[in-house]
Amino acid sequence: MALEDSHVRRAAHLARIAVSDDQASSFVDDLSRILDMVDQLQSIDTEGVIPLSHPLDATQRLRADEVTETNQRDNFQRCAPAVEEGLYLVPRVVE
Amino acid sequence: MQWETVIGLEVHVQLATRSKIFSGASTAFGAEPNTQACAVDLGLPGVLPVLNEQAVAMAVQFGLAIHADIPEVSVFDRKNYFYPDLPKGYQTSQMYHPIVGAGEVEITLDDNTTKCIRIHHAHLEEDAGKSLHEDFHGMTGIDLNRAGTPLLEIVSEPDMRNAKEAAAYLKAIHSIVTYLGISDGNMAEGSMRCDVNVSVRPKGQEAFGTRAEIKNVNSFRFVERAIAFEVERQIELIEDGGKVVQETRLFDPERDETRSMRTKEEANDYRYFPCPDLLPVVLDQAYLEHLRSQLPELPADKRARFQTELGLSAYDASVLSASREMAEFFEEVHRVCGDAKQAANWVQGELAGALNRESLSIQNSPISAQQLGGLIGRVLDDTINGKAAKQVFQALWNGQGSSADEVIEAKGLKQVTDTGAIEAMIDQVIAESPAQVAQYRDSEPEKRGKMIGYFVGQVMKASRGTANPQQVNGVLKAKLDALL
Repeated sequence: MALEDSHVRRAAHLARIAVSDDQASSFVDDLSRILDMVDQLQSIDTEGVIPLSHPLDATQRLRADEVTETNQRDNFQRCAPAVEEGLYLVPRVVE
Repeated sequence: MQWETVIGLEVHVQLATRSKIFSGASTAFGAEPNTQACAVDLGLPGVLPVLNEQAVAMAVQFGLAIHADIPEVSVFDRKNYFYPDLPKGYQTSQMYHPIVGAGEVEITLDDNTTKCIRIHHAHLEEDAGKSLHEDFHGMTGIDLNRAGTPLLEIVSEPDMRNAKEAAAYLKAIHSIVTYLGISDGNMAEGSMRCDVNVSVRPKGQEAFGTRAEIKNVNSFRFVERAIAFEVERQIELIEDGGKVVQETRLFDPERDETRSMRTKEEANDYRYFPCPDLLPVVLDQAYLEHLRSQLPELPADKRARFQTELGLSAYDASVLSASREMAEFFEEVHRVCGDAKQAANWVQGELAGALNRESLSIQNSPISAQQLGGLIGRVLDDTINGKAAKQVFQALWNGQGSSADEVIEAKGLKQVTDTGAIEAMIDQVIAESPAQVAQYRDSEPEKRGKMIGYFVGQVMKASRGTANPQQVNGVLKAKLDALL
């Protein structure tokens, strides 16, 4: 699939990354080359190969269900731009 | 045209772990805002998630309870979107390799027939925080205490055909998770939340119609009402020549309607990918067998056993197995008194009525299963009659006495079965009621059966309710008829 400016802008918007017009066209070239490589990979027969979900050959360790954290609200909220009644305040979002 | 409704449900169940799914912060409900949101829950740079073993165990228990496939490997993915109550910018979820595969849930309908609803899969994910849109000088307040609470999302196949079935399914899920003890199932506190997918199609057509998804329907009653409204809306729309659009709608319980949520198209582009911070979860057979061996008897099995082993009706079995607390109470009453039918009658009759009147749940019943079983035992062995039993019940309910025997003794309610004593009382009543005796004698034979009630009442009164009413009835009839 040929990549277009609009695809790059859409991806940038979804990731909330600011991209200028010049950057957008250079990303079109970079990303197109990556997609070409993906196309190359697509031509390989992967029948019977288990999809790799993580590069490490290990499995997830689990932790015991215990409360180990204490209330650090004051510390965390020191770097928040606005707080009130223990809540973080953000620009109004309406559903 | 005849229409058929097609419904599928996505149920989010908060798992009753002590700590969060990926952090050691507490999940306790109702804490001061943000006092249970740690660095991992806040998505601060440099933190890593570590999976809670209890969340895994609970999800697997659910899978075993619905006879689902439990794949050996499951994988966590990132669901990417921006919203202030999700500070990481993604929700850790399971898109491609969920922990629980296909299974099935049996539901009981109003006519006591059962139906199987297939489960597509169930996956683990983390809950988001809460946004408070009240007045914060035009800003929104964010409480992240709930962020990171483990959720099991249970996705059904579109197997339900009306609102009643959907409500029955939600009840069945509720009873399974509470039996297992993996969730408190408290819908008012949001421990169980439900998204409903609804579409309609002409009866007989195989292809599904376009569906609407109704978000956050948070009670059994709302599920029925939201579906009823939505089905009518879709049918009217189509019959008026319109088309149902695939969209997300919100149920408004106050106006009893669903409304379109204006969502941008891109909002649904979640760009899932495997979470690099979490390794695949591998469950071996021995672990599954260990969990299987710890499963309690589940509602559907209990219901079947109540019918086959205890001889209860389908209705009784269904009511008494609906919640684990109810079933355990009933089983204890039955163990103590030895008569399943009587135990069922008392639990669903006198006890349920009294609990209802005072808005109490069975866990908070002032009368214990042992006390109620003891009371029924005294009715069964003829120590007291039915009327006295109600008095004993009331006394125990009010905390007057620790056992039925104690109340019977203290109140002198022991049934009089001594024929001599009963005959003496009857003779006295007859002697004191010449007018009624004359009336009895002069009336048509078929009306006498009714008239005898007066005499029975007088004798019961004379015995302060302790005479055996059947016995009184028999002796009275014989004595009155002898006067004819």
